[in-house]
Amino acid sequence: MTTQILIAGFGGQGILFSGKFLAYEGLLEGKELSWLPSYGPEMRGGTANCSIILSDTKVGSPIVSNPDVLIAMNAPSLDKYENETVSGGIIIVDSSLISRKVEREDVNAFYIPATKLASEENLAGLANMIILGHAIKKANLCPHENLEATMKKLVPAKKQHLLEPNLRALELGYNY
Amino acid sequence: MSDKVLMKGNEALAEAAIMAGCRHYFGYPITPQTEVAAYMSKRMPKIDGGVFLQAESEIAAINMVIGVAATGKRVMTSSSSPGISLKSEGLSYLAGCDLPALIVNVQRGGPGLGGIQPSQSDYFHATRGAGHGDFHMLVLAPNSVQEMVSLVFKGFDLAEKYRMTAMILSDGTMGQMMEPVSLDMGEIKQYDKPWALTGTELKRKPNIVNSLYLKPEELEVKNFERYEKYKAIEETEAMYDEYMMEDAEICIVAFGVASRVSQNAIDQARAQGIKVGMIRPITLWPFPKKALLKASEKVNAFVSVELSMGQMVEDIELATRCAKPVLLCNRVGGMIPTTEDVLNKIMEATKVGGAK
Repeated sequence: MTTQILIAGFGGQGILFSGKFLAYEGLLEGKELSWLPSYGPEMRGGTANCSIILSDTKVGSPIVSNPDVLIAMNAPSLDKYENETVSGGIIIVDSSLISRKVEREDVNAFYIPATKLASEENLAGLANMIILGHAIKKANLCPHENLEATMKKLVPAKKQHLLEPNLRALELGYNY
Repeated sequence: MSDKVLMKGNEALAEAAIMAGCRHYFGYPITPQTEVAAYMSKRMPKIDGGVFLQAESEIAAINMVIGVAATGKRVMTSSSSPGISLKSEGLSYLAGCDLPALIVNVQRGGPGLGGIQPSQSDYFHATRGAGHGDFHMLVLAPNSVQEMVSLVFKGFDLAEKYRMTAMILSDGTMGQMMEPVSLDMGEIKQYDKPWALTGTELKRKPNIVNSLYLKPEELEVKNFERYEKYKAIEETEAMYDEYMMEDAEICIVAFGVASRVSQNAIDQARAQGIKVGMIRPITLWPFPKKALLKASEKVNAFVSVELSMGQMVEDIELATRCAKPVLLCNRVGGMIPTTEDVLNKIMEATKVGGAK
C-alpha cells in the first residue's frame, strides 16, 4: 500500500514542516517514505509544496503529481491540483483562505477554517498543524496514539516550548 | 546496523564525508546545495581538527581544496552548476597535479545562471573533462539518500586509490529530498601517499606537486601515463544497477532522480505486459559500457531518460556501437519527466524497436 500526499500553499505557512510530521510518523512506523519540498527562491510568499510518499515497498519517484490526499492551503493550490488528485482521493481545504468548493464529485472533500481557528485559539502560525490533524483523521494517515510520539521526535530539544501548542493544534484539527 | 534517521540528501552527504574522514571543507553558498555548506558549518567546528571555511568565492574554495589535497588529507568542496563552472580551472589543476579530492555538484538548470530547480545538464561537463586539457574525473551518481552516504565513501576511496578527483553528480531533487537513511560507517581504506607534502623533517627530498611541465616530452609522458590509468579504471570500476532486465525487450538508461521516475514507469508498463527494464549507471565515468553492450544483444531499443538535452544518448550509442535505436525522454530547465512521459516513450519504443 502506497499513499501519496501533497501539501500545497504559500511559503511561510509551514507546508514543509507539516510534511515533515508525516515523514517522521512514517519513520516511527518503519515505513518506506520520501519527503520532497518544492519552493521558489522566496522565504515567504511564493508557492511552496511538499510531496510525501508513505509505502510498504521501496519508493520510486519522490515526486507526487497525482495525490491520494491533497491538502490545499491557498486558492491557487486548489486550482492547480484539484484535477490532479486521484479519483476517490481526498481533498482537505482551508476554508478560511479558499472561498470556493471542490468542484469534482469523484473525490471526498473536507473543509476546515484552519487559519481562522489558529487565530481564535491563540495558535498563531499553526494552521498547518490544524489542517494536518484534520487530514490525518479524514484520510486515516496514522493511528491517533502516534501523534504525540511523532511530535516529540519532530520538535527539537531546544524548542520544547513549541511542543504543547503544536500538539494542541494537531488535536484541534483531528477532532474538528 | 544503526537506526535509520531522516535526512536530506545534502545533509546525509555532508555527514558521510565527515564519517569518511574528511576534515576540510571549503564552500560557498548556492541553491540547491547550500545545505551541504550549512551542515558542515555546524558540524566541522565541533570535530577535532575539523575545518569549515566559507571562501570568498567558488574559485577560492577549489584552490583551497588543491592546497589541502596536496598534503594528502581528505578534502571536499560542493556547489551547484554555475559554481562548478567557476571551479573548472581548479578541477583541471587537480587533474594535472594528480590529486585526490571530492567535488559535489548538486545540479540545477542552465546554462548561465539558469534556475534553481533540478537538472542533469552538467553531464557533459562532468564526464567529458571538466576543464582544459586531457583528463577525466570519477563521476558517481546517487539515486537515493542512502546512496549519498555509500557513494561519498566510495568517492573518497577511488580518489585516493587512483590519485584523481571524484565528483558526486547529484541534482536538486536528490539533494533536497529526505529519506530514512542508516549512517553506517563505511570502510576507510588507507593508501600510502609518498607524494604528499607533509614536511621532509630534513629526512627526505622535498616532494613537489605541480602541473607545469615545460618540456613537451615530459608532459606527453604524463598524459600517456594518466590515460593508462583511465583505461584500467574503465575496465574495472564501472558500477551500475539492473532493474527487471532478465527478459527485457526495452532498456531504459537513467540515473539520479530520472531513474526513480523510470522505476515507477517500468512497474506500470510491466503491469500492462510490456517487457521493459533499466540499467542505471552508478558511475557515469567510467560509463558501464560492457553492461550496455551486452544488453544491446537482447533488447530491441534503449530509452535514455534524463534531465538534459540527450547528453547521455551519446554514451549509450557509443557503448552499444549504435546497435539498437536510442530514444530520448527528457525534460529540462528544472522540469522533471513524469511517470506518464516515460510510459509514453516506452510505448513509442515498442514500435520502433519492434518489441511486443
